[in-house]
Amino acid sequence: MVGFLNALVVFLNFVFVPALAYGSQLALGALGVTLIYGILRFSNFAHGDTMAFGTMVTILITWWMQGVGISFGFLPTALLALPFGIVITGLALLGTDRGVYRFYRQQKADPVILVIVSMGVMFIMNGVVRFVIGVDDINFADGTRFIITAREFQELTGLQEGLALRTTQVLTVVTAAIAVALLFWFLNKTRTGKSMRAFSDNEALALLSGINPERVVAVTWLIVAALATTAGVLYGLDKSFKAFTYFQLLLPIFAAAIVGGLGNPLGAIVGGFVVAFSEVMVTYPWRRVLSHLLPEERMPDGLVQLISTDYKFAVSFIILIIVLLFRPTGLFKGKSV
Amino acid sequence: MSDNPYQDGRGNKDASITNRAGMGQIEYRPEGEARPAGPGPFLIGEAMTGGYGTGANILNDCTISVEKGEIAVIVGPNGAGKSTAMKAIFGMLNLRGGSVRIDGEDITALSPQARVPKGMAFVPQTSNIFTSMTVEENLEMGAFLRRDDISTTMEQVYGLFPILRDKRQQAAGELSGGQRQQVAVGRALMTQPKVLMLDEPTAGVSPIVMDELFDRIIEVARAGITILMVEQNARQALEIADKGYVLVQGANAFTGTGAELLADPEVRRTFLGG
Amino acid sequence: MTLPIRNLVLFGLMALLILITGVVQGWTLALTIVNMGLISAIMALGVNLQWGFAGLFNVGVMGFVALGALGAVLVSMPPTTAAWEAGGVRVLLGLAMGAATIVAAVQVHKRMAPGRTRTIVIIAVLVVGFFLYRAVFDPGAAAVEAVNPTLTGYLGGLGLPVILSWPVGGLLAAGAGWVIGKTALGLRSDYLAIATLGIAEIIIAVLKHEEWMSRGVRNVSGIPRPVPLEVDLQRDPDFLERAASLGLDPIFASTLTVRLAYMALFAIVLLVLLWLAQKALNSPWGRMMRAIRDNEVAAEAMGKDVKGRHLQIFILGSAICGMAGAMMATLEGQLTPSSYLPLRFTFLVWVMVIVGGSGNNFGAVLGGMLIWWLWVMVEPIGLWLMTVITAGMPDGSWLKLHLTDAAAHMRLFTMGMILLLVLRFSPRGLIPEK
Repeated sequence: MVGFLNALVVFLNFVFVPALAYGSQLALGALGVTLIYGILRFSNFAHGDTMAFGTMVTILITWWMQGVGISFGFLPTALLALPFGIVITGLALLGTDRGVYRFYRQQKADPVILVIVSMGVMFIMNGVVRFVIGVDDINFADGTRFIITAREFQELTGLQEGLALRTTQVLTVVTAAIAVALLFWFLNKTRTGKSMRAFSDNEALALLSGINPERVVAVTWLIVAALATTAGVLYGLDKSFKAFTYFQLLLPIFAAAIVGGLGNPLGAIVGGFVVAFSEVMVTYPWRRVLSHLLPEERMPDGLVQLISTDYKFAVSFIILIIVLLFRPTGLFKGKSV
Repeated sequence: MSDNPYQDGRGNKDASITNRAGMGQIEYRPEGEARPAGPGPFLIGEAMTGGYGTGANILNDCTISVEKGEIAVIVGPNGAGKSTAMKAIFGMLNLRGGSVRIDGEDITALSPQARVPKGMAFVPQTSNIFTSMTVEENLEMGAFLRRDDISTTMEQVYGLFPILRDKRQQAAGELSGGQRQQVAVGRALMTQPKVLMLDEPTAGVSPIVMDELFDRIIEVARAGITILMVEQNARQALEIADKGYVLVQGANAFTGTGAELLADPEVRRTFLGG
Repeated sequence: MTLPIRNLVLFGLMALLILITGVVQGWTLALTIVNMGLISAIMALGVNLQWGFAGLFNVGVMGFVALGALGAVLVSMPPTTAAWEAGGVRVLLGLAMGAATIVAAVQVHKRMAPGRTRTIVIIAVLVVGFFLYRAVFDPGAAAVEAVNPTLTGYLGGLGLPVILSWPVGGLLAAGAGWVIGKTALGLRSDYLAIATLGIAEIIIAVLKHEEWMSRGVRNVSGIPRPVPLEVDLQRDPDFLERAASLGLDPIFASTLTVRLAYMALFAIVLLVLLWLAQKALNSPWGRMMRAIRDNEVAAEAMGKDVKGRHLQIFILGSAICGMAGAMMATLEGQLTPSSYLPLRFTFLVWVMVIVGGSGNNFGAVLGGMLIWWLWVMVEPIGLWLMTVITAGMPDGSWLKLHLTDAAAHMRLFTMGMILLLVLRFSPRGLIPEK
């Protein structure tokens, strides 16, 4: 029995909690991608860099706050800076839409042209982020590091294994849950949210109902700014901020959005967790879990790791292929917000 | 391939990066102003000439008008530009000549969405409902521009189409063809329009449903809403029409009351099959 | 292959840019740019084949290029005999078992009737196969990697002439292209973009971590060269005599000779590929490809095998990218997996194709040369710009340091700007398709 509990604690500590936090971050990222796909009708290659941009702005504000002595008690200061980061990122995205994307909408450009346009935006945003904050690893988490440390947990429960809960992990899951709840309430209950769904479903008919496409698009960019900045800041708090890592998040985020069914917000969330859990579980060395469950003589040699951590990208990709083979439109039917 | 280089997607239809479902086909046009116009018919598209994009003219000096509370019907052979004439009145293509006026205002320069608050409602022939949304949400979206209480209008629509009340929480895309048409008309009525424009409302529905729909349309007209309709089933449509237009190659061929056109031997011979 | 005046002028201007670089910054740099520009032009040619001719969206160019580079190692490096003895056979056996597992699973999928039993059997085959593969393969790889890790620690190559690796690199990339195309184009709707994005990352991960094959992040260097070494030339009395007769410094003359030799090799490959691509474009096959692109429904109705054609052109384009990768590894003389970044090897090639002109082979070549030149030159230009801007600031000021450091990052910003400006104001590119 104690062996089982110990195994469970190891599982929670090294698999479940990290995957839950990572999944929340991916889900928020994938929601942004799926919204753009549903309403602007293209996959935004600049999304990873939008996350990096939002995080960069938030970090700069956090530094300023820390400089003048503002803090958020045991929570990271970045959380206080987040709303400002969202606003500035929102303005930047609206500006980008004004200066870049709107022209193509007026031309009724083919979506694939918009994909290429988003590559250009990606280059520029990537350049801006590197220009302003550089390419180094930046750790901007402050406040209390742990809600409960492994040692405290061991003393509390008397178990051999410890469960450490980092503040950022709990924060990530809670913030993501709030953001998702707000988004769903907005899309399903408010007039503007419903008009966004209508626009995604049938653009021409939305126009004939008097829905202003420019307004729908503007609101979409603002929501995307909020989601991307939140996702980016949470990821940065949980791990650290590095411009290149954020660019690389594009693949798991796209995979999550597609696994769930592109254009479907619920799918994006489920997809985020599917990708995160499979990535963590397949690359985790299970030896330590097994050591509490199996008698010594039956323990296998080696780490009992299915695939080396180096191939975590491969996992999201293989999940993607498997899902698409069996459900061509993703787990949830895609292509409508 | 299109002449517009921005519309040239090189045949790419990669589902992981592009979403073509529900893309609008309505051309972009800069926002224009409505101007006051002299007296005339309640709604008129006068001497309209134009086509889609930079393509050839489909309409040639075509005039369609309708008085308040009347039913006007546009009929004609395939490819005569019936639907195009209707879309031109709603501002869905750029006119190269002619004007559109409603209730003493010249609205030629207005975009389609700006014509909705002027009291016009349009039911396209296809893709005329929000398939992923519930029936009730469809009706709500129809009333998007209204800031007042919409429940009375919604009750009226449910009164007109009782089946929709039972299915109001169901996704509109799951309904049968006839029910979808009812949702489409209901959505258009939610704006409380002065003019209801219907593009082949009976296309693809069974004869029984068709008769039922025509009855409802007459009911709507009796409530004082002007109706402009394009129809394939010329005979039935002309029977309920106060005014009929026969178009041939984008131009007016015959005009008269519904009864006159039904009686006209030339019209009977060429369009109504004897 | 006739060029209209406008295109000749554009290529002339490109040559002029190179000349100016040569005069201002030296011929060594100018020739370095030309050589990499030629390789970039070949990559652009490959992507243009896929996107320009068939509208296929490949965002995994990096992976194909890297596979080609791996080809250069596998063909030309000397075999590590000790490593082969230690575990080479075991590694090959393991790989064969892995492949056999996949083939068996596919066969089960084909032969058995659909249903739960089939799914269970497939999963069983895959799971058993996976553990057998790991059991055979892992010790072999470990043994290979243990052989003199500071110098080798990998199986090495076949020790064949490096030029042979160019077609082999192309073949490797074509093989990967076949697998990806078969999978992604075979799904009910087309998911090529995400598939290529994923595969490219996986290929790089394999190169970085399968040390028995590519030495991973410890890199393979010293790939044999198809041209003589500079030091050998400097020792050659004939060469020294000729250099002296031309009034050139022997070291400079040897560098120049080597680069010119590379340039000649690359130019020959580029011209052959360009000629083939033009031939293909104007052949019935090319016309059919464009017919499919412009109206897939009509082409399908006429009985054209759209998926098959797409697969064909995707494989061809991938092969060209792989070839370019092998040539690049030859030029650099090494394989450095960690230097393969998507912005540099995937998205930059896209900028080349779009700027040059989608669907036009000459456009792709011009775009490849021009964008590569810019990619190299933006940094010195940016640095110069920053020096001018910060001239008035006191030395050692925070902003001055930051701006000077940040000049390096101007590169990405500029590439984005160029892409957006061309898309906006000249959407068909510098040399439009027609």
